[in-house]
Amino acid sequence: MEILVLVKRVPATDSQIKIAADGKSYDAQGVEFVLNPYDEFAVEEALKTKEARGGTVTVMTLGTSAAQKDLRTCLAMGADKAILLTCEDHPDSAAVASVLAEKSKELAPDLIFCGKQAVDDDAGQVGPRVATLLGFACATDVNSLEIGDDTFAATRDIEGGRETIEGKLPAVITCQKGLNEPRYPNLKGIMAAKKKPLDEAAATPPDNKVEVVALEPPAERPAPSILGEGAAAVTTLIDKLQNEAKVL
Amino acid sequence: MSNDVLVFVEQQDGQIKKASFEALAAGRETAGNLSGAVSAAIVGAGIRNLATQAAQHGATKVFVAESDVLAAHSGDGCARAIAACAEQSGAGTVLFAHTAMGKDLAPRVAQLLDGACTTDATQLSVVDGVLQASKPVFAGKAIKQLRPNAAHYCVTLRPNAFAASEAPAAGEVVNVAAPDGDLLAIVKEISAASVNHVPLQEASVVVSAGRGLKGPEHWTLLEQLVEAFGPGVAAMGASRAVVDAGWRPHSEQVGQTGKVVAPMLYIAVGISGAIQHLAGMVTSKFIVAINKDPQAPIFKVANYGIVGDAFEVLPALTEAIRTTRQ
Ligand SMILES: Cc1cc2nc3c(=O)[nH]c(=O)nc-3n(C[C@H](O)[C@H](O)[C@H](O)COP(=O)(O)OP(=O)(O)OC[C@H]3O[C@@H](n4cnc5c(N)ncnc54)[C@H](O)[C@@H]3O)c2cc1C
Ligand SMILES: Nc1ncnc2c1ncn2[C@@H]1O[C@H](COP(=O)(O)O)[C@@H](O)[C@H]1O
Repeated sequence: MEILVLVKRVPATDSQIKIAADGKSYDAQGVEFVLNPYDEFAVEEALKTKEARGGTVTVMTLGTSAAQKDLRTCLAMGADKAILLTCEDHPDSAAVASVLAEKSKELAPDLIFCGKQAVDDDAGQVGPRVATLLGFACATDVNSLEIGDDTFAATRDIEGGRETIEGKLPAVITCQKGLNEPRYPNLKGIMAAKKKPLDEAAATPPDNKVEVVALEPPAERPAPSILGEGAAAVTTLIDKLQNEAKVL
Repeated sequence: MSNDVLVFVEQQDGQIKKASFEALAAGRETAGNLSGAVSAAIVGAGIRNLATQAAQHGATKVFVAESDVLAAHSGDGCARAIAACAEQSGAGTVLFAHTAMGKDLAPRVAQLLDGACTTDATQLSVVDGVLQASKPVFAGKAIKQLRPNAAHYCVTLRPNAFAASEAPAAGEVVNVAAPDGDLLAIVKEISAASVNHVPLQEASVVVSAGRGLKGPEHWTLLEQLVEAFGPGVAAMGASRAVVDAGWRPHSEQVGQTGKVVAPMLYIAVGISGAIQHLAGMVTSKFIVAINKDPQAPIFKVANYGIVGDAFEVLPALTEAIRTTRQ
C-alpha cells in the first residue's frame, strides 16, 4: 500500500504569540516550533497501516527548510522517506492543498493521512481540499479506522453521537485525538532516520484565495471579579447571573 | 463577487438545527450589508418540508437538492449538491454552521467552486463592500481577519457566536438537480451518545470540571448541576487532564485538542485554566470559575469567580440554581 502523510510545522501550543509590526502576521522570533500535534496521530496511523498491510510510508510537507527537523522526527518514528517542498511565503489552505495534491499525484497513494487541523490557524481545510482535488473519498476528524483491501470504515464524533463512514480507497483521512497513541522515536529509529531519503524541491504555490486583513490580540475579557470565598459567595453569584449577566 | 448569500441548512429529526438558524440570521445580516439577497440550501432525501422553516428565518429562496441517492449522508455527494446550489443561486458567499458536518463540507465546497474558505468564524462584517470574517487562531491567542480574493467565499460560523432570530420571507422553492455519479463515501451508521443530553457545542450552558474534582465518582455533583438547569439547557464538559486519566470520555473534552464551545454561560470547576483549555471556551459569553487556588489562571478570564472547595460550593450552587427555576 502506498501511504502518504501530510505534516506541518507549527508553533507549540503554549508559545507566546507576538503580533508583528505589519499587524498581519506574528513574530516568529523566539517561538518554539513543533510537529503539529494532530499530525503525530496521522504518522502513527500510517505506520500502523503499513505494519498491518505492508507498503511504503512517505511524509511530505510544504514549508521552510527548518521543517527538515520535523520530517526527520517522522522518519525516526518509522516512515520510509520524506519530501520537503520549500517555500518562504505564507500560502493559505487553498494554495497549500493545490501544491500538495499536485505532488501527491506522482506518488499515486492509496491513503493520505492528515491532521484534523493545524494548530496555527486551526483551519481544517487542507485534507478535504486535497481529497476534492484528487477525487478521493474523505473522512474528517476520525477517531477510529479500519482499512480493507480497497475500502475503509472510519468513525467520528458528531453532535450528540458518533457516525461510521464507509468508503472506497483511495481516501484522505484526517486524524483526531483518540485514534491511536503516537509512538516516540527510539535511538535505533533516530540513527536509521539519518540514512533515509529526504528529498527537497522548491515549490511555487498559486496566489492565496484569502487575504489577511489583520492579526489582532483577542478582545479583552471584562475585568474578572472574585465574588468571595466558599459556599457563602453563591448568593452573590446567583444575583450577578440573574441581574447583571441576565443568563438565568 | 456576487453580493448574494447562500446558507447551507442542516437538519436533525426533521428540525433545522439551532446552529443553522444562527447561520441564517448571520446570512440575512450579511446580505443586508452587501445589498444582496439571502437564500437557503437544503440537501438530502425527504427534506423538502424544511423549506418552510428556512423561510420563517429569512430565506427569500430555498434551493432544494433532493435525491434518494443522498438518503444516507455522503460528504462528497453533499458537497457537490451544495456547490450546485451555489452555482444555480449565483451566490458569492456560502455560510455553514461550524458543526461536525459543516466543517467537513465547507472546504470541499470551496474547493469545488475554486473559492476561498474560512472556518470557525466568530464575527462577520462588511468592509468596503466585501465580507470580512474574524476567527480565533493560535488557540485563541490572536484573532485573524480575512477577506476573500476569489469569486466564492465559504465560511463556517461557530455555534452560539451568532444569535438566531425569525424574519419571515417568501422562501420560494427552487429545485436543483442532485449530483449523479458514484458516491465515494457514505455514513453507514449513527449511534447516539446520550440521547437525553444537549450536544456540548449547542448547549447554552456548559458545566465543566477538571482534576480538582479528585475522581470520576464525584461527577454526580456535576450531573446534578446540569440537571438543575432543567432539560435541554446544559451540557457537561471536562479538562484534558481528566480525559487522559480516563475519568471522562474524550467527547466531553473542551479545549484546543477537544471541542470548542461558546455558550452563554461556562462554569469551570476545579480547572486550572491552561492555555489549551482556554482555547476551547474563552469566547463564552459569561465565565464562572470555582477553584480553591486564588492564583489559578482561570480567574483571569472569568467574569465571576468563587475561591473555594468544589465539594462545598457545587452542592450550594446546584441548590440555588434549582431554586431560581421554581
Ligand atoms: C498539545 C496539548 C494540547 C492540549 N489540549 C488540551 C485541551 O484540549 N483541553 C484541556 O483542558 N487541556 C489540554 N491540554 C492540557 C492542559 O495543558 C492542562 O494540562 C489541563 O487543561 C489541566 O487540566 P485541569 O485543569 O483539570 O488540571 P490541573 O491543571 O491539575 O488543575 C486542577 C485545578 O483544580 C483546582 N482544585 C484542586 N482541588 C480543588 C477543589 N477541591 N476544589 C476546587 N478546586 C480545586 C486546583 O487549584 C487546580 O487549579 C493540552 C496540552 C497540550 C500540551
Ligand atoms: N504546509 C503543509 N504541508 C503539509 N501538510 C499540511 C500543510 N498544511 C496543512 N497540512 C496538513 O493538513 C492538515 C490540516 O491543516 P489545516 O488545514 O492548515 O488546518 C494538517 O494537520 C496537515 O496534515
